[in-house]
Amino acid sequence: MSNFSTHQTAWCPGCGNFQILDSLKTALEELGKDPYEVLMVAGIGQAAKLPQYISANFFCGLHGRSLPAAVAAKMANEKLTVIVDTGDGDSYGEGGNHFIHNIRRNVDITHFVHDNQIYGLTKGQASPTSMEGMVTDVQVNGNANTPLNPVLLAIACGAGFVARAFSGRKEHLVSVMKEAIEYKGYAIVDILQPCVSFNKLNTFAYYNQRVYELGEGYDPYNKIAAMEKSMEFGEKIPIGILYKEDKADYHQKNPVLKAGVPLIDIERSPDVLKNIMQDFF
Amino acid sequence: MAAVLQKFLKDSGLYVFTTRDFMSRVRGGHNFTLIRFGAEQVLSHSDILDGIIAFDEDSLVLHSKSLKPDGFILCDSQWKDKDQRIIPLDLLGIAKELGNARTIGSIATGVILKLFDLEPVHIEDTLRKYIKKQYLEENRNALLRGYGLVGKRYSLPAGEPGERIIISGNQALAFGAIAGGIRFYSAYPMSPSTTILEYLSSKATEADIVVEQAEDEIAAINMAIGAAFAGAPAMTGTSGGGFCLKVEALGLSGMAEIPLVVADIQRPGPATGLPTRTEQSDLKFVISASHGEFPRLVIALRSHRDAFYQTARAFYLARKYQIPVIILSDQYLADSYASIEPYELDGVQPAQELEAVVEEGTYLRYRITEDGISPLLVPGKTKNFVTSDSDEHDERGWITESAEVRNQMMEKRLRKLIKLKEELQEPEFVGEDTYETLFLGWGSTYGPITEAVNRLNRETSGKYAALLFGDIYPLPEKLLKEKAPRAKRIINIEQNATGQLAELIREKTGIVCDDSLLKYDGRQMSSDEIISYTRKGVKL
Repeated sequence: MSNFSTHQTAWCPGCGNFQILDSLKTALEELGKDPYEVLMVAGIGQAAKLPQYISANFFCGLHGRSLPAAVAAKMANEKLTVIVDTGDGDSYGEGGNHFIHNIRRNVDITHFVHDNQIYGLTKGQASPTSMEGMVTDVQVNGNANTPLNPVLLAIACGAGFVARAFSGRKEHLVSVMKEAIEYKGYAIVDILQPCVSFNKLNTFAYYNQRVYELGEGYDPYNKIAAMEKSMEFGEKIPIGILYKEDKADYHQKNPVLKAGVPLIDIERSPDVLKNIMQDFF
Repeated sequence: MAAVLQKFLKDSGLYVFTTRDFMSRVRGGHNFTLIRFGAEQVLSHSDILDGIIAFDEDSLVLHSKSLKPDGFILCDSQWKDKDQRIIPLDLLGIAKELGNARTIGSIATGVILKLFDLEPVHIEDTLRKYIKKQYLEENRNALLRGYGLVGKRYSLPAGEPGERIIISGNQALAFGAIAGGIRFYSAYPMSPSTTILEYLSSKATEADIVVEQAEDEIAAINMAIGAAFAGAPAMTGTSGGGFCLKVEALGLSGMAEIPLVVADIQRPGPATGLPTRTEQSDLKFVISASHGEFPRLVIALRSHRDAFYQTARAFYLARKYQIPVIILSDQYLADSYASIEPYELDGVQPAQELEAVVEEGTYLRYRITEDGISPLLVPGKTKNFVTSDSDEHDERGWITESAEVRNQMMEKRLRKLIKLKEELQEPEFVGEDTYETLFLGWGSTYGPITEAVNRLNRETSGKYAALLFGDIYPLPEKLLKEKAPRAKRIINIEQNATGQLAELIREKTGIVCDDSLLKYDGRQMSSDEIISYTRKGVKL
């Protein structure tokens, strides 16, 4: 039994979430993380229940609002390994604005998105990444909207670590997760994950036929090439680290945090109040 | 110019109260500042003017009807025929002669000081605070030139000696937050709350605060909650419209029991309303904001003293009870400056870690306790897992749908109110011990109502008193229940259209107000208006 194991889940048998949970535990184990210094953050949804099933600190907040809570927790205590682990509706739908702006903020957290291209917990409506034409109880004539391309959007917004993975390729997923967690800055991994109950289009077989790992020859530091690669989503779907860039993270740019002492550990000078009051005389 | 003048007045030993009236635009429009000063503490503005300093024709025309018959108007001599009360001076000509037309404000400052027979002290030190280095010399010359242009006209009673501070409502609130131990502030800019964001940014390095401008108000409050969960005392600030967006997360703070301070600097609503003006219309909104039921505390700021002490107290109580504490201020208080005695810094109790002795492996974040307060640990600082959930949860913080646990948890959270109610602060009582008329008010109408009560008792044969609420929800009922039955007439005075305090009081105590004085035009009522209404039964 792993250090990170806990209790029974509320997921459907055969759900891709199990593979992601399993991979995450392995990744954290292999990185030698202390569970007491790991903070799992999620919003609401079936994927967002994952923090409940892993032995670590967790903060399960509101639907769509996991990123603001997560980045602020990291600002308060940079010693925490902060991982947002939640779904596509949470990350790209309700939380779309936070997704864009936290890329710009570049706080050193990791964002794993269980992208099953459907709303699971609310029982099968289109998500921002659902394919065009997908028929659901709401999209009765087929989804008319263009699916969001989260990895392309992330690169365009200036993310420094953008990856795509598939829940069915555990070994590969674990290696991508480990690199994402180790990356200094905001790292996003869009994890393709079949929903066995509601998504009859994007099945295990669908992905198994299409996904291929980016090989040795692929240069993730080339932004234009990465954007082109990000747009490949059809007969073939590349998985792996699409884009990587070394850049200053939030803490390095913040005048209070750049010294490297966690905010909650900084001793405030006892004269601060007296000095500030002087301004008002 | 107002900042410089109010500092000179304060340094002369006088009390000052300054309010700003400006339009919702970047430049232009008619904007003005009201400065009131005297030898005794000044608590509010007045609509009756002793003097006008007009730099354009609009100011002259718009305000001369409020000027006393023996008042003065200081303006450029080009308008000297507009009003008999004008002191014509070639202000613009002199300013140009001094090399910069914009020194006109400093010339006027010198004139005012001379008219009131006040010695300009520490000229350089004062100007340096507000004026860029390269303009210092010309402004100093302008001020001295203005001082020489006129003779003495008024003599004020000597001010009380003593060092005072001059501070705006929002500065006082932000300073109070620092005293309360704030480490994290996040906000989206919105008038009239933005100066808190600006002030805390300017103090971020000195006071070790992370200040983050969020992408929207929802992010701002969720950030504050995330920071607080991780152990940093946190606040988010906004005005009513932004508060609307924060409402779901306010409930998260209640459900997950995360200490949080939310400042709502009210302005007239609904929707965009009157962005740069004042109102007290968010009371009934914030006491019930968010779905579901959870304990919260709402504190209305009455004055520049309150703004500091009560904001610091908000941090202490938010941490103690692990609840959201809402600070209600408004544009009038936020943007006005008052000279007051310096704050006593030693007595302030900041948010602090409470004793949470937990043996390893037995920690329950939401342990059912007698007073409802569970042990709160900081994640990463303990060999226990700290867990929070917006779903209903068990003692471990895990999702549950058990009816039994739901009841236990709801009752545990609401039980915190019992102890909280014991430490509520009763409203401030002002006026005669035996009274016929009792005014009820809350928040920033404290100044105008207090002044009105004092003047009515001095100038009329009636007997007046007032109860002025700071802590407002839960409603402190003790003093109200004692004082209300002894009044012949109870009048609620509020800066809103529906009498929200009166409704709250009636709901909680059954006490009914006989009359209401309500104002909702975006302009703060003055003591003059209250007196006129009380004596003649008409609104000004």
